[in-house]
Amino acid sequence: MKRPMVKKLADLCQPFAKPVAIAILSLGICGQAYAGGTLRIAMTASDIPLPNGQTDQGAEGMRFLGYQVFEALVAYDLSTAEKPVTLIPGLATSWSTDPADRKKWTFELRDDVSFHDGSAFNADAVVWNLDKILNPESPQYDERQSAQGRGRVPTIESYRAVDDNTVEIVTSIPDALFPFQIAWIVMSSPTAYESAGNWDNFLNAPAGTGPFKVESYTPRESAVMVRNDDYWNDDRKPEIDKLVILPVPDASARVAALRSGQVDWIEAPPADSIESLRGAGFNISTNVYPHVWPWHFSMLEDSPWSDIRIRMAANLAIDREGMKVLLGGMMLPAEGMVPPTSDWFGNPEFKVRFDPDAARALMAEAGHSTDNPLNVTAIISPGGSGQMQPMLMNELIQQNLAAIGINVDFDVRDWNALLANWRAGAKDATTNDAQSTNSSYFSQDPFTALMRHIDSRLVAPKGTNWGYYESAEADGLIDQIRSEFDTAKQLEAIQKLHEHYVDNALFLFVAHDVGPRALAPNVKGFVQAQNWFQDLTSVSVE
Amino acid sequence: MTRYIIKRLMYAIPVALAVSLICFSLIQIAPGDPLAVVLPADASQEIIDQTKARYGLDKPLVTQYFLWLGKAVQGDFGISIATGRSVSVEILTAIQYSLVLALFATLMALIVGLTCGLVAGYNVGTAMDKVASAVAISGVSVPSYWLGVVLVVVFSVNLDWLPAMGAGINDEAGILEKMSFMILPSIALAAMPAGIVTRSVRALVADVLTREFVTALRAKGLSEVQIFFHVTRNAAPTALTVIGVQLGYLMAGSILVETVFSWPGTGLLLNNAILTRDIPVLQGTTLVLALVFVLLNLLVDITQPLLDPRIKRT
Repeated sequence: MKRPMVKKLADLCQPFAKPVAIAILSLGICGQAYAGGTLRIAMTASDIPLPNGQTDQGAEGMRFLGYQVFEALVAYDLSTAEKPVTLIPGLATSWSTDPADRKKWTFELRDDVSFHDGSAFNADAVVWNLDKILNPESPQYDERQSAQGRGRVPTIESYRAVDDNTVEIVTSIPDALFPFQIAWIVMSSPTAYESAGNWDNFLNAPAGTGPFKVESYTPRESAVMVRNDDYWNDDRKPEIDKLVILPVPDASARVAALRSGQVDWIEAPPADSIESLRGAGFNISTNVYPHVWPWHFSMLEDSPWSDIRIRMAANLAIDREGMKVLLGGMMLPAEGMVPPTSDWFGNPEFKVRFDPDAARALMAEAGHSTDNPLNVTAIISPGGSGQMQPMLMNELIQQNLAAIGINVDFDVRDWNALLANWRAGAKDATTNDAQSTNSSYFSQDPFTALMRHIDSRLVAPKGTNWGYYESAEADGLIDQIRSEFDTAKQLEAIQKLHEHYVDNALFLFVAHDVGPRALAPNVKGFVQAQNWFQDLTSVSVE
Repeated sequence: MTRYIIKRLMYAIPVALAVSLICFSLIQIAPGDPLAVVLPADASQEIIDQTKARYGLDKPLVTQYFLWLGKAVQGDFGISIATGRSVSVEILTAIQYSLVLALFATLMALIVGLTCGLVAGYNVGTAMDKVASAVAISGVSVPSYWLGVVLVVVFSVNLDWLPAMGAGINDEAGILEKMSFMILPSIALAAMPAGIVTRSVRALVADVLTREFVTALRAKGLSEVQIFFHVTRNAAPTALTVIGVQLGYLMAGSILVETVFSWPGTGLLLNNAILTRDIPVLQGTTLVLALVFVLLNLLVDITQPLLDPRIKRT
């Protein structure tokens, strides 16, 4: 294929580009300085996320394409590594509910935002985008995007444009967590869609409002994004010229690609490669983020885990620090569903720790010992999204539990099969004889972190309270969190709910992932936020 | 000959049916839910039901199979569950990558295999024969994915000569740069067929050289170069059969190598489809690859009489 003349000229000028740029900048001719360069990222995904807006490929798809190209009304503050991420204004400058009718939300929109195709972002565009995922009668309704986004905003009942810069959204119930939900819904350009004619064609010329624009998209091979020079937020204009994402699901291929200089950044380097990568000068970036790796107990009558003494004993039997060494330091020992640094952690009375003697005493109280062991079966998977190193970790747990008189038999299943059973619940026939399942959880907001697992009204098929846990106290706190619009009081209820989790040892709290990624030495400025999503605008490639 | 070709093509129909039926049954037996990959883990039952209906997964298995078959005979393999893209387009794109890689690997295997085979066959029992045979045995014995990893470590990581993975970024890579991405996966793929060709050609050449007509040719005073021509002509049909079958294996059996090198061919497509339980992609790709096998074997059978008139196809 012939290269465009402009590109050839650009290549010829490349050796002179940097000194000339520096000279121009030093003369003060240019107002804004960019570091430039291309950042190439090897993802763990096996395909390029669809650049349609509500993209696929899970959280990784949103991390590297969804939130780089498209934006939501409400955004995450990903600017710091030091504290848990909070919500900040995105395409909306503010949002509020009507004190007289808490179901009515008003979003005030920014008036200085354009889509990548030059069309204006306004209230009509928001309504059009909500129709895109919620209204099957609308011409732009997209089943693929709807499948990704609709479940994130289950309480939306209606919406309308009040004026050019104001949108009203009505929810079916008073829902104080609505801002967390709407942060998932990103905006695609209606004009670009009209020009394209359908969503498949839209993929060839996608347009959002984000800091990066899609230059090219080749399924299963790569997506190339370039800096959006007209981005509305001056504080978040990208340092790099170009962002390239590549799907490399094989972990050793990712490491080889990084070592050979083919990419500058890899996601999830294998634990056994971390030290050698460090030794070779690569930077390993980690930080805690909303993720937990637990055993989800069945609370059904015939489950041994329905006895709080057994649950507490198991939580005291796990050598989490030893596990951390086993994983090359790539985990944070769990003391609850969220890390102790989280605002939601509260102050539980039961301290999750490694104390085998206390564990044995509790087991003796429950009538078990190593001579009279309790036999349990646990559903586990050999791999899967967010599952870290499940075989290794579960074998250590098996060993630790055997030491206090709990003999564990594993029911190893394919990751998809485990998820299917997780949705079906502990009563489902596919659970067989198991009394726990080992699925890592995404805990981005209070609902996904805490509420969905123990709300007695969310057992299968309505929700994912897999273990059929039932507690009036927990249900009351959940209702309070959902209906409390005073953020301080809401936080208090969230903390109480987390304390309820820990004090009742509802899960076997094992580990939090730390999201390891390896960066070439010339990649600078990355701040790993405590989140699934990351800001790439501050990154430069020297 | 035309009747023979038509007859062979007709044989492809029961083969394709059997392959599609076995593939469909195996996927149904395997655990897991294809929707688990495309939907958020906490998707509501309503969304799950809607998506199932969209892909026809709510229908009885027999209905699902015949619906798929009805469309497949018209060249429509449906929509990928994982990506929402047309399976026919996915396969067409991937098969081009695999074909290029397989042809490149076949060419390498032919050159190496013929050279080593001829050298060994002409020098049976000598040190050269032993070296060539050792190369052949190594090629056949070394797992291709292991060789792929070693090649990456040596030529990409340590020497920084060749790319470690991928097929180059879109239009950014020129033709030579694009070809550089093919070298390591091609070597990893070519090792086994090169070994097989070496062994076959060695045995054939050694056998042909002991035949009476070679002695007669020598007695007639033909030069060694002329005799070499006769020997290769006698060995060619078998070598062609071997390489034809190997080309089929390279097209279909490169799952591990394409995964190691993230090469976007049918092997990687199949691997991803297996991991995501993407039934339409799995069925479509398996069927197309089965047909490729059938066609390659037919091509070999048609070509053989051209090289050796003693072989007749009727």
